[in-house]
Amino acid sequence: MITISNWLLNAAFILYVCSSILFVVAVTGKQWSGRDPREHERRFGGLAYILAVIGFLSHAGYIVTRWIASGHSPTSNMFEFMAFLDFCIIFAYLILYRIYRLTVLGAFVIPLGILMLGYAYVFPKEATPLIPALQSYWLQIHVTTAALGEGILSVGFAAGLMYLVRTVPQQGKSRANLWLEIVLSVVLMLVGFIVLDSTFSRLDQNTVFQLPTQQMTNTGQVVNQQVTYTLPAIVAPAGATIVKQGPMNPLMEAPTWMEGKDAARKLNTMIWSILSGLVLYGGLRLLVRKRLGAALQRTVEGIEPELLDEISYRAIAIGYPVFTLGALIFAMIWAEEAWGRFWGWDPKETWAFIVWLFYSAYLHLRLSRGWVGEKSAWMSVIGFVIILITLVVVNLVIAGLHSYAGV
Amino acid sequence: MDVRKCECGHTNPVGTMLCESCGKPVDFQESGQPEQAAFPDMRYEGMARRSQTYSRTIIDRIWNFFSSVKIAIALILITLIASAVGTIFPQQDYIPVPVSTEADIARFYGETYGKIGEIYYALGFHNLYSSWWFKTLLVFIGTSLVICSLDRVIPLYKALSRPRLNQHLSFLKGQKLYGNSPEEASIDPAAALPAAADFLARKGYRLFREENALLAEKARFSRWGPYINHIGLIIFLFGVLLRSIPGFYLDQFVWVREGQTVSIPETPYYVKNVAYKTEYWDESEMPEKLNLNGGAIPKTYQTDAVLYVNKNADLPGAKPELAEVAKGPILVNHPMIYEDLAIYQSGVKEMELGALNFAVLDRKAGNKQVGSLKLDLYAPQTEQQVAEGITVRVLDYFPDFVMGNDGKPATKTNQPNNPMFALEIASAEGVKEKLVYVSGTVISDSKDPRYALEVKMPDFIDISGLMVRKDKAVPVIYFGALIFMVGVVMGTYWQHRRIWVQWENGRLHLAGHTNKNWFGLRKEMELLIAKMNWPVTLVQKGKS
Repeated sequence: MITISNWLLNAAFILYVCSSILFVVAVTGKQWSGRDPREHERRFGGLAYILAVIGFLSHAGYIVTRWIASGHSPTSNMFEFMAFLDFCIIFAYLILYRIYRLTVLGAFVIPLGILMLGYAYVFPKEATPLIPALQSYWLQIHVTTAALGEGILSVGFAAGLMYLVRTVPQQGKSRANLWLEIVLSVVLMLVGFIVLDSTFSRLDQNTVFQLPTQQMTNTGQVVNQQVTYTLPAIVAPAGATIVKQGPMNPLMEAPTWMEGKDAARKLNTMIWSILSGLVLYGGLRLLVRKRLGAALQRTVEGIEPELLDEISYRAIAIGYPVFTLGALIFAMIWAEEAWGRFWGWDPKETWAFIVWLFYSAYLHLRLSRGWVGEKSAWMSVIGFVIILITLVVVNLVIAGLHSYAGV
Repeated sequence: MDVRKCECGHTNPVGTMLCESCGKPVDFQESGQPEQAAFPDMRYEGMARRSQTYSRTIIDRIWNFFSSVKIAIALILITLIASAVGTIFPQQDYIPVPVSTEADIARFYGETYGKIGEIYYALGFHNLYSSWWFKTLLVFIGTSLVICSLDRVIPLYKALSRPRLNQHLSFLKGQKLYGNSPEEASIDPAAALPAAADFLARKGYRLFREENALLAEKARFSRWGPYINHIGLIIFLFGVLLRSIPGFYLDQFVWVREGQTVSIPETPYYVKNVAYKTEYWDESEMPEKLNLNGGAIPKTYQTDAVLYVNKNADLPGAKPELAEVAKGPILVNHPMIYEDLAIYQSGVKEMELGALNFAVLDRKAGNKQVGSLKLDLYAPQTEQQVAEGITVRVLDYFPDFVMGNDGKPATKTNQPNNPMFALEIASAEGVKEKLVYVSGTVISDSKDPRYALEVKMPDFIDISGLMVRKDKAVPVIYFGALIFMVGVVMGTYWQHRRIWVQWENGRLHLAGHTNKNWFGLRKEMELLIAKMNWPVTLVQKGKS
């Protein structure tokens, strides 16, 4: 069953990749010789949409089979959660596509979906039984609703980014297009990280460190903790000795204040991500010989900016109540039941609150202060960054009650 | 000239921007600006608002401060940044310092996070969310919620309950979506308006009609969404405030050994830990084979507990008389609930020292064991008979032994982390010997003692950590959250749409307004134009 579910997810991944290639062809290939641009967009866009729908169904199949196999909703560790979030992003995309019928939306959202799914693959994929804290039907309710809200808000980000690509002038230098390039290079860092991590985990070039800190095994023996790096080590954990030599010698040690046995490994991963993202960015710039924003601008040519603004806002207006319900209200009810307090300022709770405050500010600025268009689009980008901090950084960097096992 | 008097004859209150009756911009004649630029924002229907009208007294100023959305947004953003700052380092509640004195806490932040940690502590950020200024921020947000809502909802209610039919042309032209037909167009208003009304009625619009004017309106209730969600938030915050009233909120934590019954502080209740167990998932129960490196995944943390009430709780000095009121397992996610009290499985100390065991040896009889001695570390018996004619008395007991500064033995805590006993063994034959047990060894005071104690395997016990909570404000808080959700969904999933069709000066005028989703409204109006076959082109202005 688990094998079937893994295959369904792989199939979904491949279908999404094919779909986004077709979407890009649909929006950029309009000027190809001897074609009717409308007919071209309709044909390829339609095909891409169908592939995305099949991918989505396959993705749904993965969720159902994994749910049956493990006996709980697949939302209990980082791999399952990211795969589920990605499912929600695609779902939100399908809904918004039905409303607005805008082909190019798929050219931005589906790659975002691929990125999130690729990120899910980085985490250990095992289906684990639930620890006591997660044994509640609220796991199903709270996590799925929160992920759905975040998925819809992510589509708001994608549309906001499209608005910026469409409207930020590419003639001359400006702060706006500098920031746009920064956003795009951060996306590339995530791509770089996923590529590096999946490559190295196949190559089996692990470096193993022994830490000075000790832990007790289940059999009661006290042993030194060990950390395994998948990526070559640039930064070693403080005071650690190498047990198994990797492809390169560490260049430096992590600062001692970094908490947890995995802190140095995470720092190492971060450095690799930034480096690979910058290399990718540099390579792409050499290839297209202009700003990436300028290169992307072609895909959204001829689309009314107001429509993009509207889609972004609509997605956020739909996602905000869902997020509030799932990430705050259901969370409070579960917390009350599990820990006897509905709110405890745990980092994850606090960051969910921050996301909520941010989108509240977005709505107030938009509705009462007339922040539409570019300002609103930048807000949607920042909002997505805050969501990513909540989902990823808080889990991986700040230790708290929500830390997922394994990573 | 009385600025409040509109040319249609209606008298508007001071501060009105669009005439309440005919919709003509009130200041329009005064400013002499072109129509478009002078057309006010439609947000509150151009009604007079207290905050925009008065600013004389201190109360006006306070009102105006809190009624400003700009201030509200600033408060939201400050709270956002403050909340984020609070997650840079763990809050005091989450730091791994067991018994914390202020000095321990200060040292923790300094040693763990260096200079920045010290500053963090000095600024009080380790207790950020309970600091006076953070609470003040929340109170300000609450005030802003109340005043913002009152300032807007009353005028808005007045405006919306009187549908704007047959408005001044400048009102229609001022709308974001507007279009008109050329003068020579062959439209018969007597036929066009009923046809349009018919079409819009089928689309679910509510219609208001006069001879040459039509207003179609849909989902007006969505305009109340923001105010309802703000009321929800106010109820929520009120619920949070309620918890500071004595008796509304209880937060206790007790450690209970297996077999022990302890009193829950501040309540007449006692809880007994009958048995505690931790279970681990068996490999056969797992969905797939895992490489756990010798570890295991816990399945349950469970305390079988009995809850008693002390019937004599109201009689000071009376002996407790316990009556059982609830019984059953307490698991994570499944608290024991009795009336408004909830008991949560919240921690465990496994394999803790429970009792020391000794064999009593008679050295005169070739170290023969004559009896065994058990010393309970939590409630040691003062005297016990270990064998026929041999008794052991506990002279002194220090659960967590340290040598005090004055050279006398003392105990650091009342937890048996380092138990020390002073004992006396007496036999019927008149032998009386003193012994001391400390750190796993037994020392006798006599040079050639008759009796010796041999240290045996001690008893280990599990101590369960139970959290006891009472929170009477929770229903209020949930109710507030529910109202918030209702309001937010009303305001975001529906849109208030209005379409005006008006025949005036030989032209057909068409205007539309919505509070969101202009795309949808525009599509609907374009469909109307197409169906009616009107020579009208809609223009969407760039302002919201």
